[in-house]
Amino acid sequence: MAAHLKKRVYEEFTKVVQPQEEIATKKLRLTKPSKSAALHIDLCKATSPADALQYLLQFARKPVEAESVEGVVRILLEHYYKENDPSVRLKIASLLGLLSKTAGFSPDCIMDDAINILQNEKSHQVLAQLLDTLLAIGTKLPENQAIQMRLVDVACKHLTDTSHGVRNKCLQLLGNLGSLEKSVTKDAEGLAARDVQKIIGDYFSDQDPRVRTAAIKAMLQLHERGLKLHQTIYNQACKLLSDDYEQVRSAAVQLIWVVSQLYPESIVPIPSSNEEIRLVDDAFGKICHMVSDGSWVVRVQAAKLLGSMEQVSSHFLEQTLDKKLMSDLRRKRTAHERAKELYSSGEFSSGRKWGDDAPKEEVDTGAVNLIESGACGAFVHGLEDEMYEVRIAAVEALCMLAQSSPSFAEKCLDFLVDMFNDEIEEVRLQSIHTMRKISNNITLREDQLDTVLAVLEDSSRDIREALHELLCCTNVSTKEGIHLALVELLKNLTKYPTDRDSIWKCLKFLGSRHPTLVLPLVPELLSTHPFFDTAEPDMDDPAYIAVLVLIFNAAKTCPTMPALFSDHTFRHYAYLRDSLSHLVPALRLPGRKLVSSAVSPSIIPQEDPSQQFLQQSLERVYSLQHLDPQGAQELLEFTIRDLQRLGELQSELAGVADFSATYLRCQLLLIKALQEKLWNVAAPLYLKQSDLASAAAKQIMEETYKMEFMYSGVENKQVVIIHHMRLQAKALQLIVTARTTRGLDPLFGMCEKFLQEVDFFQRYFIADLPHLQDSFVDKLLDLMPRLMTSKPAEVVKILQTMLRQSAFLHLPLPEQIHKASATIIEPAGESDNPLRFTSGLVVALDVDATLEHVQDPQNTVKVQVLYPDGQAQMIHPKPADFRNPGPGRHRLITQVYLSHTAWTEACQVEVRLLLAYNSSARIPKCPWMEGGEMSPQVETSIEGTIPFSKPVKVYIMPKPARR
Amino acid sequence: MPEIRVTPLGAGQDVGRSCILVSIAGKNVMLDCGMHMGFNDDRRFPDFSYITQNGRLTDFLDCVIISHFHLDHCGALPYFSEMVGYDGPIYMTHPTQAICPILLEDYRKIAVDKKGEANFFTSQMIKDCMKKVVAVHLHQTVQVDDELEIKAYYAGHVLGAAMFQIKVGSESVVYTGDYNMTPDRHLGAAWIDKCRPNLLITESTYATTIRDSKRCRERDFLKKVHETVERGGKVLIPVFALGRAQELCILLETFWERMNLKVPIYFSTGLTEKANHYYKLFIPWTNQKIRKTFVQRNMFEFKHIKAFDRAFADNPGPMVVFATPGMLHAGQSLQIFRKWAGNEKNMVIMPGYCVQGTVGHKILSGQRKLEMEGRQVLEVKMQVEYMSFSAHADAKGIMQLVGQAEPESVLLVHGEAKKMEFLKQKIEQELRRQPAWAEALSSPGVQGSAATWLLPEAKKPRLLTSGWCPQSKRHCASTATSRGGQGLTEPPHSVLKDHCVQHLPDGSVTVESVLLQAAAPSEDPGTKVLLVSWTYQDEELGSFLTSLLKKGLPQAPS
Repeated sequence: MAAHLKKRVYEEFTKVVQPQEEIATKKLRLTKPSKSAALHIDLCKATSPADALQYLLQFARKPVEAESVEGVVRILLEHYYKENDPSVRLKIASLLGLLSKTAGFSPDCIMDDAINILQNEKSHQVLAQLLDTLLAIGTKLPENQAIQMRLVDVACKHLTDTSHGVRNKCLQLLGNLGSLEKSVTKDAEGLAARDVQKIIGDYFSDQDPRVRTAAIKAMLQLHERGLKLHQTIYNQACKLLSDDYEQVRSAAVQLIWVVSQLYPESIVPIPSSNEEIRLVDDAFGKICHMVSDGSWVVRVQAAKLLGSMEQVSSHFLEQTLDKKLMSDLRRKRTAHERAKELYSSGEFSSGRKWGDDAPKEEVDTGAVNLIESGACGAFVHGLEDEMYEVRIAAVEALCMLAQSSPSFAEKCLDFLVDMFNDEIEEVRLQSIHTMRKISNNITLREDQLDTVLAVLEDSSRDIREALHELLCCTNVSTKEGIHLALVELLKNLTKYPTDRDSIWKCLKFLGSRHPTLVLPLVPELLSTHPFFDTAEPDMDDPAYIAVLVLIFNAAKTCPTMPALFSDHTFRHYAYLRDSLSHLVPALRLPGRKLVSSAVSPSIIPQEDPSQQFLQQSLERVYSLQHLDPQGAQELLEFTIRDLQRLGELQSELAGVADFSATYLRCQLLLIKALQEKLWNVAAPLYLKQSDLASAAAKQIMEETYKMEFMYSGVENKQVVIIHHMRLQAKALQLIVTARTTRGLDPLFGMCEKFLQEVDFFQRYFIADLPHLQDSFVDKLLDLMPRLMTSKPAEVVKILQTMLRQSAFLHLPLPEQIHKASATIIEPAGESDNPLRFTSGLVVALDVDATLEHVQDPQNTVKVQVLYPDGQAQMIHPKPADFRNPGPGRHRLITQVYLSHTAWTEACQVEVRLLLAYNSSARIPKCPWMEGGEMSPQVETSIEGTIPFSKPVKVYIMPKPARR
Repeated sequence: MPEIRVTPLGAGQDVGRSCILVSIAGKNVMLDCGMHMGFNDDRRFPDFSYITQNGRLTDFLDCVIISHFHLDHCGALPYFSEMVGYDGPIYMTHPTQAICPILLEDYRKIAVDKKGEANFFTSQMIKDCMKKVVAVHLHQTVQVDDELEIKAYYAGHVLGAAMFQIKVGSESVVYTGDYNMTPDRHLGAAWIDKCRPNLLITESTYATTIRDSKRCRERDFLKKVHETVERGGKVLIPVFALGRAQELCILLETFWERMNLKVPIYFSTGLTEKANHYYKLFIPWTNQKIRKTFVQRNMFEFKHIKAFDRAFADNPGPMVVFATPGMLHAGQSLQIFRKWAGNEKNMVIMPGYCVQGTVGHKILSGQRKLEMEGRQVLEVKMQVEYMSFSAHADAKGIMQLVGQAEPESVLLVHGEAKKMEFLKQKIEQELRRQPAWAEALSSPGVQGSAATWLLPEAKKPRLLTSGWCPQSKRHCASTATSRGGQGLTEPPHSVLKDHCVQHLPDGSVTVESVLLQAAAPSEDPGTKVLLVSWTYQDEELGSFLTSLLKKGLPQAPS
């Protein structure tokens, strides 16, 4: 809230300045030597106010540099005094305000003038604008106490103005500059410090609603600035809650909230009784009352604020869900209460009878309170509101309050469950998410679970998946509940087979959370029989796998369970443990020790042997520069193989292992390329063999890009090494080209370019150069002056020797590194039925993919479609197509449009995901680069792409159009 | 102080044939003109002789206002205008104007063709009657004549239902008609601004009821239907053609859409098709969801709901059928009921109240063997469910509306006397805390409501209310002052010497366009209420005068 308010205030005052900050100063200085002079001439030329206004408008479009502001201001003021037309004066006043905000200009010099002209001004609009200008000046000089005080004084003087606009601005000024403390008057002028709060408070009862709103906003502004408001305004604010105007009420609600956060514990009396309650409770009651306000803006505001009032006492909190029902003056039970009773009495389904909800006892007419005096039923109203904005706000507030109070969480459950049937999908989704957030505090009753599970049939994928997530972390109280959940999930699976993965995952958690509840269900679920052998279920049936996932995960903490398994269950276990290892845990099965011992949890806390292995093998490699090339190559090859295998085995080390393996591969390629025979033979003869070297150079380039952009958690020190490797690859490329091309002309350009690259490298990574002792670039930089002057042939020669002599750089491993990966779930690529469409028209292909460890997927992830004719098409998904289900995970659900000319027969197109990168955006900016030399376009453009998912084949058939 | 007289010609302390006569400051307005379902003789229409004894209706009445299209609010309209004779304007909203004749025609058909009544209004009379109708928009201020103006507010309840504010000079009355304060699947909630009428005439059908959340009922309903069709059973929902039927259709339609169900839903044809057409047209009158999504798809263009044919009832497999009439007393719904009653897989859901004696009432009270015509005995094996979907405001809703409008007095109509008594107490109790106090009148006789002026407790002048008043295009501020007439009748010329000051014959004073009015006698003779109002152009002077009055006038030598 606070941040929001602050932001809004900032927006108001800085809006106009933004474009002016980046001034294209130099250009202007060249074309117009003196801006002020030009303006002066223009204004003198103006014959009519309309003309002058035009000139001023034109002038306002161009930025003014800080040095000439002063001059321009003088000119403007001069004209101001002469001008008779209020509209021109208004424009001048607004220009003054704009100019005073110019960076690097100190506006205290124009303040006196501004105050001066303020005193003689008659027009209300101009007055308001001048006050706005003063506000701009005042905010520019927050340190200068005297000026602030003077401005506050001016504002107070004009508060009695008859125009609401002027009063508004005065209040704004007071809110932004006034101070509460009666500080000692410091300056000689003897301006007494005023109690701004009192002054603003007086305007709470102004006759104009706009001024009332401004007064409240000014008060909130005071609070924003860190001044402590007095408790006395609480009563004033409460009166404003019944104002006729919604903006006043809305602001008043905010003010009450602020006061309640400032003085939660102070005691206020309840009117018309002798009792007293805490202020926060009283404020809570009042804000609750506003949830049934006539204006929906106020309702949203009130519902939102309720969520952040955590200090309120539980008694009041629980009242918000309370609604006493009656029918013909007799007490009636709510459906929730009935459901609860039904459940506790052990009855299950009862057909609803006429009069099942017949009212019971008589209600004492005196005791019924129809207009809730306090918090009563606020959420009941909020959740039933007409506008979905209010309902969402209420659900959010419910969530926040439930998170802080477990007992409230238990109580609000019924209402949240009801919201699962809201007509607006957003509301449904929000309430499911809310429920997930508070699921630690609650246990679902069976009838509630029933309602929750009914939503599993929803046709919206988001809803279903949110619900699966919810079920992952719910507590179920009975075995019937588990059974019900399983049955419904299986139903869901048959209806929407694409939910398979999500459902399996859900059952995994459901099983591991409730082992004891699953245990009695096992015989039934596996349909085993004490005497007879039953048929072995189909191992590929997703439903059967789902059941097994549930059981195996429950069996992990329930050692008695495997005894109930039949033979084929064990076989299936072994199969699933291998094929779906992320869903099926390792079990301690009788007679299968090997499975359980390897990854039993007791070992993990100790020093991880695989980590050690990784370290050791890397160290071994880094000591390699002294070995003979043949041995080095072999060692590298082995290590790469080891690392790859390690990555497959240990998922948590996969990132590091892959990362280092890639680096080693680059090194290996470099060594291999340098071992080529072509270096020993005269150049023109071995055109063909050079293929290997140039291919190696190309591949190293690719790999370095992968290293730089496909891993999350890469730090600067790794980037240096990666760039260094890329530089080596470029050098290699240069040498190979030099040897294979005839003629020197192309070589000149390449050399030039390469030396530029070296220069860039030096500039970007100057801080890291000391770490690169004895490396290629180190040596290169030593010889730089010589290289600059020598001929290309010579350069190539030097490079060649240096490449051979340079040492192998040690790649420091980052703390956390993850490889970005993507899996395309849909299209599955299994279909034999081609997607038929008329050629020339488009067909929409649904693409669903999960992305892991991708940073900023909205900008980097692209979809590529490769047609059989080699035509490739890159599609940029909309930012809204990306969902973020968890940290580090993203989900892309989008549609790709395919189109082609007619084909004679169906053929396959390939769909894959690409990671777009742009190295200039990644490079850490050095101080001298921040001047804006890089144009903004470079930052957003795509330098290249890395495919990072397996391609999926889609069978399509564009038919010729029928004439 | 002009008097407001309210004479209920029907629906004073009962439900049915709503017809209320209101006289404000010499203007006579008739609110609603309904018929009573329970009677087949003269009692079914309001007794217009109360008016006609003094002369012709057209001479007496300035206008007639119809709040919504239910027959107990508009059923007597052709009789009233054509047979008794009324040629003045009849005001109603656009949807009401569209749907009302369909219902009247249907009603006429049943009365004349089926029951064979003579001396009933004809189709031509309905048409002639509808020609006298003037349609109004929501929040549109209609000037009936120089003094009388009316304005419609949204009321929920059914499509096109409206509350009306009737204003003559400074006196105003709000008539709510039937309204609903909780939104449902197709309509929003009633809303009124703080118009502070002198009198609020509100319905009080559920004066002693506080209802449970609508969601629970909806969920129960959907669950029941869903379970039955999943079992392969058939669901029969007897409904009346308009209102609840559309709500339930929307409910089922969206549910089918959400849950991706394929089971057919049928709607018995006829009247409903025409009505559905109008529902499609009057999107601005529906709730937020429908209004927001109709650009993509009009929610009343049902995808899953098809027209019913007699032959479909015998089709195998699950289905859901909406059939009329709602109480299972005759027609299609009864036919289908007979066919399906024998199967325990099937279900009938009664979404509303059933009158005693109908089949609906019998099965709801648990009777399992029914005697049909021709001495047949029908055994009811199917499940019978009751679900109340009612669109009237409950006690809380009524209080909420009263709180929103802030009237000086409240008059309860359209309900039972005993229940009104309870609500009256409550309104008195709870609204006394509000600045304006409430008076509940609930006897069917003639009432005069003496509106009470606001009494400032403080002796010091204080600002009571202020704000821009859109109707008169004037900014109003009322100030209470403890000075007698002095300050007003003798304006301090020293302060206002530059302005043109005029004394008007009624005791008020104008300064340029600023109007200062002293309030009529209040109980405390030492206190006066001053109303200061000004036009937009004279804001400066107006606010200056107000602040002057607030401070207290300077002691000016007169």
